[in-house]
Amino acid sequence: MSSITLKHVTKKFNTFSAVKELNLEIKEGEFFTFLGPSGCGKTTTLRMIAGFYYPTIGTIHFGDKDMTRVAPEKRNTGMVFQNYALFPHMTVFENVAFGLKVRKCAKSEVITRVEEALRKVRLEQLIDRQVSQLSGGQQQRVALARALVIEPDILLLDEPLSNLDARLRDEMRAEILRLQREYRITTIYVTHDQVEALTMSDRIAVFNTGECQQVGTPKQIYDEPANDFVASFIGETNLLSIQLAREDDEKIYVRLENDETTEMVIPKDRSNTIKDTPSALSIRPEAVEVSTKELEGANCFQGTIEMVQFTGAAEHLFIKVGEQTIQALVLNNHLWSERKKGESVWIRFPGEYVWIIPNVLGEGAHEK
Amino acid sequence: MRNKEMRFTMFLLIPVVLVLVGYVLYPSIRTLWESFFYKGSIGVGNYKAFFSPESLSNLEALWNSVYISLLSVLCSALIGIPLAFIFNKYEFPGRSFFSSVAILPMVLPSLVGVMAFMFLYGESGLIPNAIKDLFGLEKVPFKIGGVSGILIVHAYTMYVYFYMTVSSTIRNIDPSLEEAAFNLGASRLTVFRKVTLPLLTPAIVGASLLVFMTSMASFSAPFLLAGGFRVLSLQIYFSKINGNMEMAATQSVILSIVSISFLLFMRWYQNRKDYRMQAKGIGAHRSEVKNLFVKWTMVAIGVIGVIVLLLPHATILVLSLVLDGTWTWQTYPSVFNFENYMLLFKDPAIWDPVRHSLTLAFIATLGNLVFGVITSYVLVKRKFIGKNLVDSMVMLPWALPATVVGMNLILAFNERSILTFGHILVGTFWILPLAYFIRHIPLVVRSTNAALEQLDDSLEEAARNLGAKWFYTFRRIVLPLVLPGVLSGTLLAFVEAVGEFPTSVLLYTLNNRPISIEIMNQLRMFNMGQAAAYGMIQISLIAIVLFISNKFFGVKAERSL
Ligand SMILES: Nc1ncnc2c1ncn2[C@@H]1O[C@H](COP(=O)(O)OP(=O)(O)O)[C@@H](O)[C@H]1O
Ligand SMILES: [Mg+2]
Repeated sequence: MSSITLKHVTKKFNTFSAVKELNLEIKEGEFFTFLGPSGCGKTTTLRMIAGFYYPTIGTIHFGDKDMTRVAPEKRNTGMVFQNYALFPHMTVFENVAFGLKVRKCAKSEVITRVEEALRKVRLEQLIDRQVSQLSGGQQQRVALARALVIEPDILLLDEPLSNLDARLRDEMRAEILRLQREYRITTIYVTHDQVEALTMSDRIAVFNTGECQQVGTPKQIYDEPANDFVASFIGETNLLSIQLAREDDEKIYVRLENDETTEMVIPKDRSNTIKDTPSALSIRPEAVEVSTKELEGANCFQGTIEMVQFTGAAEHLFIKVGEQTIQALVLNNHLWSERKKGESVWIRFPGEYVWIIPNVLGEGAHEK
Repeated sequence: MRNKEMRFTMFLLIPVVLVLVGYVLYPSIRTLWESFFYKGSIGVGNYKAFFSPESLSNLEALWNSVYISLLSVLCSALIGIPLAFIFNKYEFPGRSFFSSVAILPMVLPSLVGVMAFMFLYGESGLIPNAIKDLFGLEKVPFKIGGVSGILIVHAYTMYVYFYMTVSSTIRNIDPSLEEAAFNLGASRLTVFRKVTLPLLTPAIVGASLLVFMTSMASFSAPFLLAGGFRVLSLQIYFSKINGNMEMAATQSVILSIVSISFLLFMRWYQNRKDYRMQAKGIGAHRSEVKNLFVKWTMVAIGVIGVIVLLLPHATILVLSLVLDGTWTWQTYPSVFNFENYMLLFKDPAIWDPVRHSLTLAFIATLGNLVFGVITSYVLVKRKFIGKNLVDSMVMLPWALPATVVGMNLILAFNERSILTFGHILVGTFWILPLAYFIRHIPLVVRSTNAALEQLDDSLEEAARNLGAKWFYTFRRIVLPLVLPGVLSGTLLAFVEAVGEFPTSVLLYTLNNRPISIEIMNQLRMFNMGQAAAYGMIQISLIAIVLFISNKFFGVKAERSL
């Protein structure tokens, strides 16, 4: 087990920078997730940690050992590949035993440890199977056992569940978490699936186009996203371009773009921006208050219903306010599904649920 | 660490490049260089002589080579393409047997094949004489020889290229494409013209060029059948025999240029159009033939085809049972026994060529195996600058006609050099294994490449991640997984080396004669039986090797083309 520190890590392929100026500290025993859309540099970063690529600039430490240029076979990391990379000419036993044989363990020890590892992933009865005869989920478990049996300092998982169907994915997610908690092993988990990231991780790093946008616990990432990219990538949100009007000691006052009249009041601790930079307002659909009666007070708007989507547990309302469409989510209480397009409703953005963030996606990114 | 990787690539690459430059590139350049020496001074005199209107022999040979090759393409296509369609589109009794017999010409080494054709259809051939006797004719109704002989032998051996490339394309065409076209209302003819044919074009063009190049390089057929008829590959041999090395070099250069330009054209064409199917594993469903008449016609064509295809093999077998001296003036042989085979084991002088061939082929193939695996690994799995250059050098022996490879070696290693550790190789034992080795570099590298490309990089990475060093990973993961592909290529190289004739005839030494040379000698002495027995040994070796590849490594013979 060991901590991992990346300092100023940049990786260039020819002139193209796949990872830019990355600084990360991953703690001992932590379940750490790299989350981001496809092509944002997650795999590249993981492969630098495993030693298959070397950073163009920057250093990588395991604990206080500099590993930046150490060969992959000397890093003692256990990696689970996206396609599992099981050796097709070997049995389950031989696959799992491979790392132990390389380490020149005694034969009897190899057998006990392989059996132990296979028991942990609940595959002990398939020990002599050829790996080609296994189902996707079973192959996944063999890959996990093979990585875990060498007692690696770090476990690296590159989208390990993306080749499985939905039900198996849920099952394996629980399995991986259970094993990680059991071994208490520092784990880096790569995924583009936000639900996976939110449910499994101690902490998450959100990537976009080679840059790390935010590091934080799932709650921080969801409730207090660092910018509009993070806010829109994780979960549903309403993003509105705004301008800062004025502020006093406790509150700030903002105006929506294209709306000179209404001023919104927001507690100061709900803002994450620096003055005079382009900003956006983010509010999650479940935080938007809706009412069929007129609402009074700050941060209220009148709108019309555009569409109601019934999803069983909840109802999604799409409400037109001026030029903008606001999404709201209410629990299924039979109040809204009868409502027709064009009916008047009132909505309120409660100040304590609003979150003001820098606008990094650029002009016009929030118009629907 | 990155430097360490780079150093390791260099460590593998440098021997590969040394071998390629020293034994492939340098001899070719040496030939080019030689062609510019004319009567002791440097100049284009040889080329002037080649194209001079006064002595037309060279120009005539060039022209003959080209037009025979074009006709060979036509004949092969006319046999191969329809057969591919019949055997892959329709289901009828015996189909799968006929279709596997269709590749039998591949199991016939060129020299043995030509010999069989001479006995079958030549002046005193069995078939013309049988027809003569059957119908009580005055003279034989037909005989092959000269151009027609060469053409028939070419068509027989080379139609397989068309048959196999077109077959594999037909099998890979997603049937839903044609069905989609029918569904959109297209007629049978329209579907064939607008859908099937365009999809087949790359295969047909590829096979045409392959047949063209092979015909240009063809040596055995003109050597035995032409009788005074000039083709370029043979002219090189005669120039060399007459000691006119400069002209031999010039002819080699011109033949190579024609051959390589066709190869380059083929590469260009294949890169330009890529119609490969995306979806895999869809076997085209074959139509059942319902019309009884058509069905039995097809079966009849199949049966006749099989007989025609097997006749040469059968002839060699029968001839090998005829004791030399018992079949002289008679139309048909009458005495059959195993004496020729017994002699092989009793008479060391008769066994020796077999032993020589096996030894030579073994040494050459061992070299091919080691060199092929390293070269292919570097080419497929390692990054370095100049990969295309190395790749071209690997492919060069494939583009060069065998006669030219032989000439290159004669010119390059007829003198002492560091490449030969200060020896003169020509006239020694080592020149033949070297020639076989060079000839078969492309074959082994290509089959290994195919296997390595199938191997996912992540397997190697997984092993390294689990703590295995490079060599351990290579031994335990890479080698076992690519071995079937490697061995199938290597075994094929071995049988080709056993049957190799053109380079052998240029380079052999008297006390180290391989089988094909001995076949030639026996034919010259009219010892048909002994020649045929040697031929049977070659045929059986090839059959055994193909059987082993197929059974134990699951390799289909057609993949090795
Ligand atoms: N070996 C490579 N050579 C060149 N470009 C690469 C290489 N590996 C990755 N890239 C590029 O780097 C970017 C990040 O890739 P990757 O780390 O695989 O993304 P992902 O976040 O989907 O795992 C992509 O644009 C990809 O095309
Ligand atoms: Mg990836």
